[in-house]
Amino acid sequence: SRKKNKRIYFDEYDMFVEHRCSDFGMDSSKNKYPGDSVVTGRGRINGRLAYVFSQDFTVFGGSLSGAHAQKICKVMDQAAMVGAPVIGLNDSGGARIQEGVESLAGYADIFLDTSYLFITGPDVVKSVTNEDVTQEQLGGAKTHTSVSGVAHRAFENDIDALLNLREFFNYLPLSNRDPAPVRECHDPSDRLVPELDMLVPIESTKAYDMLDIIHSIADEREFFEIMPSYARNIVVGFARMNGRTVGIVGNQPKVASGCLDINSSVKGARFVRFCDAFNIPLITFVDVPGFLPGTAQEYGGIIRHGAKLLFAFAEATVPKITIITRKAYGGAYDVMSSKHLRGDANYAWPTAEVAVMGAKGAVQIIFRGKEADAEAEYVDKFANPFPAAMRGFVDDIIQPSTTRVRICHDLDVLASKTQSSPWKKHANIPL
Amino acid sequence: TCQHVSSLDLKNLCFVHLSRFLLFFSLQTFEKLLIANRGEIACRVIKTCKKMGIKTVAIHSDVDANAVHVKMADEAVCVGPAPTSKSYLNMDAIMEVIKKTRAQAVHPGYGFLSENKEFARRLASEGVTFIGPDTHAIQAMGDKIESKLLAKNAKVNTIPGFDGVVKDADEAVRIAREIGYPVMIKASAGGGGKGMRIAWDDEETREGFRFSSQEAASSFGDDRLLIEKFIDNPRHIEIQVLADKHGNALWLNERECSIQRRNQKVVEEAPSTFLDPETRRAMGEQAVALAKAVKYSSAGTVEFLVDSSKNFYFLEMNTRLQVEHPVTECITGLDLVQEMIRVAKGYPLRHKQADIPINGWAVECRVYAEDPYKSFGLPSIGKLSQYQEPLHVPSVRVDSGIQQGSDISIYYDPMISKLITYGSNRAEALKRMEEALDNYVIRGVAHNISLLREVIIHPRFVQGDISTKFLPEVYPDGFKGHKLTDLERRELLATAASLYVAEQLRSQRFLGTPRIPIAKSKQSSWELSVRLGDGIYPVAVSKDGSSFSVEVDGMKLNVTSEWNLASPLLSVTIDGTQRTIQRLSRNASGDTSIQFLGTVYKLQILTKVAAELSKYMPEKAAEDTSSILRSPMPGAVVAVSVKPGDMVSEGQEICVIEAMKMQNSMIAAKTGKVSYLGSLKTICNLSNRIEFKKEKRRILCCSP
Repeated sequence: SRKKNKRIYFDEYDMFVEHRCSDFGMDSSKNKYPGDSVVTGRGRINGRLAYVFSQDFTVFGGSLSGAHAQKICKVMDQAAMVGAPVIGLNDSGGARIQEGVESLAGYADIFLDTSYLFITGPDVVKSVTNEDVTQEQLGGAKTHTSVSGVAHRAFENDIDALLNLREFFNYLPLSNRDPAPVRECHDPSDRLVPELDMLVPIESTKAYDMLDIIHSIADEREFFEIMPSYARNIVVGFARMNGRTVGIVGNQPKVASGCLDINSSVKGARFVRFCDAFNIPLITFVDVPGFLPGTAQEYGGIIRHGAKLLFAFAEATVPKITIITRKAYGGAYDVMSSKHLRGDANYAWPTAEVAVMGAKGAVQIIFRGKEADAEAEYVDKFANPFPAAMRGFVDDIIQPSTTRVRICHDLDVLASKTQSSPWKKHANIPL
Repeated sequence: TCQHVSSLDLKNLCFVHLSRFLLFFSLQTFEKLLIANRGEIACRVIKTCKKMGIKTVAIHSDVDANAVHVKMADEAVCVGPAPTSKSYLNMDAIMEVIKKTRAQAVHPGYGFLSENKEFARRLASEGVTFIGPDTHAIQAMGDKIESKLLAKNAKVNTIPGFDGVVKDADEAVRIAREIGYPVMIKASAGGGGKGMRIAWDDEETREGFRFSSQEAASSFGDDRLLIEKFIDNPRHIEIQVLADKHGNALWLNERECSIQRRNQKVVEEAPSTFLDPETRRAMGEQAVALAKAVKYSSAGTVEFLVDSSKNFYFLEMNTRLQVEHPVTECITGLDLVQEMIRVAKGYPLRHKQADIPINGWAVECRVYAEDPYKSFGLPSIGKLSQYQEPLHVPSVRVDSGIQQGSDISIYYDPMISKLITYGSNRAEALKRMEEALDNYVIRGVAHNISLLREVIIHPRFVQGDISTKFLPEVYPDGFKGHKLTDLERRELLATAASLYVAEQLRSQRFLGTPRIPIAKSKQSSWELSVRLGDGIYPVAVSKDGSSFSVEVDGMKLNVTSEWNLASPLLSVTIDGTQRTIQRLSRNASGDTSIQFLGTVYKLQILTKVAAELSKYMPEKAAEDTSSILRSPMPGAVVAVSVKPGDMVSEGQEICVIEAMKMQNSMIAAKTGKVSYLGSLKTICNLSNRIEFKKEKRRILCCSP
């Protein structure tokens, strides 16, 4: 992998560095490898600058030595200086690697079936807690992408991961000093999306797929989903609108009715923070029946975790566009990039219901089940977007088919948005 | 009603004698008409009503609330939940709507209540006009046994067979032996291929009897069956008739409907390549004789089987508008729905037999949401994520009742549309059909475009050498899609590689001036490795101005296009040959699927470097599918024939799944023991499978 190919523009650093350790036979000349157990350097992806380090498992199992760490720190320092990203390809037996390394702003890739990631391996687990677990169960790709949320995507193999990484890289600005990139786009910004006019089912209890909305609105139906297998009741990922990268957050009515729970709140919050940090506008699709009730959630601290999402949206100063497709109930409505959290453009589809809660539940609480007709009255009053529109909580009620046009226009206008928050050392997100 | 007649209609009617033409303008028909149907046929009827100035009422089930026919109609009323028995067949609810909306007439379309004499009778008793023949004709022709007797009496050629209802499977076997195998078992009340089975021996007769009676019961609410001699290798040619209430009847030429799968028509055309003027006239005259014998009025179709010696036998008469009526409209210039409405109002026919022309040639393809790779078409369901009809191709008519975003559900017929092309001769009509099929964008559900396109370009079809056995004869091992010639494969590889490079180049084009300048790539040639099917092909692409020069298999091809990467249709010129292709998907891993010559090909495109490195990647063990039997389509489980602990042998029925009114027997692929049977819910979908595990000797039926 170190051979220089004239066609591939990769400039390698520190090829002559060797490890300095002399204990346990490491000083013998046959144990010296030029460059040690990591390859570092810089190159271009689609013409854009990137720094990269790749741990080399063929040299001492890719373990982290002083020289190894120094090489990584060198590219990181330089990347920070010029404002370009660092891509880390981790393949190391040493677990201390996480301490020093932030790879591409924390987006880690794991390969299916061949990769494992854990603090302590199965043998230690067995001796300490007497728990039987395999490597795959403890820290395999499936565990980290669907259960723990540690990894954001899993891929078939190294090549597949690198190809997808290139695709992902194209969505991102080189640093937080750059605006969201705008790529050449062939999809007309004024394209109407007629199928959206009948996408939301008439029965408000019936599910639909939020990904259908996202695909039909995004440029060329392309959506790079982040954490697709974890907390699937919220969908997050990157797309382009008229060429410009946007971050999309959407409740997924197909999974757990799209409710907010601990995992989905944290997943959403992390993504919103990422977009805000890198100047990527946020588009939020709301169809949320509320926070998931119950002891499991309350004991787990849903209030604290839900507040993370609220905090992230409230603090974000990137352009924020929100579309309420159907339910926007209670506290969950507020959390989902509402007008009250400094939303720039908040729209409602005609099917939107902005209310404290669903009509059935509300009537049961107000009348203790004694007033049967009241439900219809509640539906008439609140199960529509007008009360919210009259108070200015939504800026407009829009025909769903025009959503793409509206978003593209808003993004053009909001490109020059500036907004500042009061001075503080750092924000105090409810961790 | 003058203002409702467009100039187009004037053109259509130009051959009508002036006096009758003027009379037409002064005629009133109905003020408001209800369409007791859904989908494309409801839309088709509404279109004619609009031009005649008739207000329309649509009925719909709750899942169809957003359907196109509902939007097109002036009024729409929900008549019940999704299952047809509770909505489109719900006579009480429909009668209620008629009363409420004060509709004066009802057009039943085809299927549903179109040949239901009880419905016609109820309408008559309420003083509402049924756009179709009277109850007597529906009853006489709707019953296959009675219709055969009538046909015999009217001196129409009939097929030898049993003229009575079959009581049970034993009687069926006895009768079948008397007539001689093969025999056809069919529902007495049937039509459209439902409740129909062919049997070649006693065992098949018993099985056919069971299936047909179940299907007949569920489709028509009438499980009576009859048996007749099955004419092997026949053509299916039908005569369109049009009759009024004054004893006049016309034959509007024939339609060739031989291309069928499971007794359902797929490709139809008018006229037929097979008929000479004498046979056409003889068939037409017999058809008219039959119509007159039952005092038929309205449009109807007399179906014939025609053997290789041009002997023709009466099959049945359909007392309704046929699905394939547009091809007749194309070559005769008549609007059959308009004629039906006029006749129903009591007006005499406007035409004489001599007025009926054969102008040019028309071909119709039924575009279905189904997977043609499984038994020539098993239903597929889903949302039409993208949908675009090829209306920019000249002389194309598309009759459809769906639009982008519509759902194809398990409740109704999976037909997406009828695609009709017209030309001054057959070759022209077929050429246009090819173009229309290539330009048809259907995404989100499986569709049969590939099969349709293969049929219309097949040498046997082009020569007119067809029969109802065409599909099984031409594709004895099932349909496998288009077979690429060497040149076509090179064209496909070159196109795919060019698209890949166009995409790569585009991903370097950023707008604005970035803080860190983007290094402009000077790369002008690409070495790629493309996987197509089992083959891996090295492909070299070099940019040559606005086009690409592509080297595949030592051959250089020039590929030009606008390379609009967002458009669902892509016009590509490969060495001077224009092709319309569709790129259905692509991903970062290099996988792409391209619809080329109607068939979808899956390719993987990697750079040569990536492809070389791929051999170091760990191999993934492929899932053993030989012991898994997947449900081939979504549907309802109507019967389970096994229970845990049963030994089943290879070929034994495990359960029966019903979808789109078709019953499908699920067969054990291997011998084994049932150790577990999951709870089977009524509806299973594609993600469910019936597992048959050989190694554990158990059969597993999974459900959500």
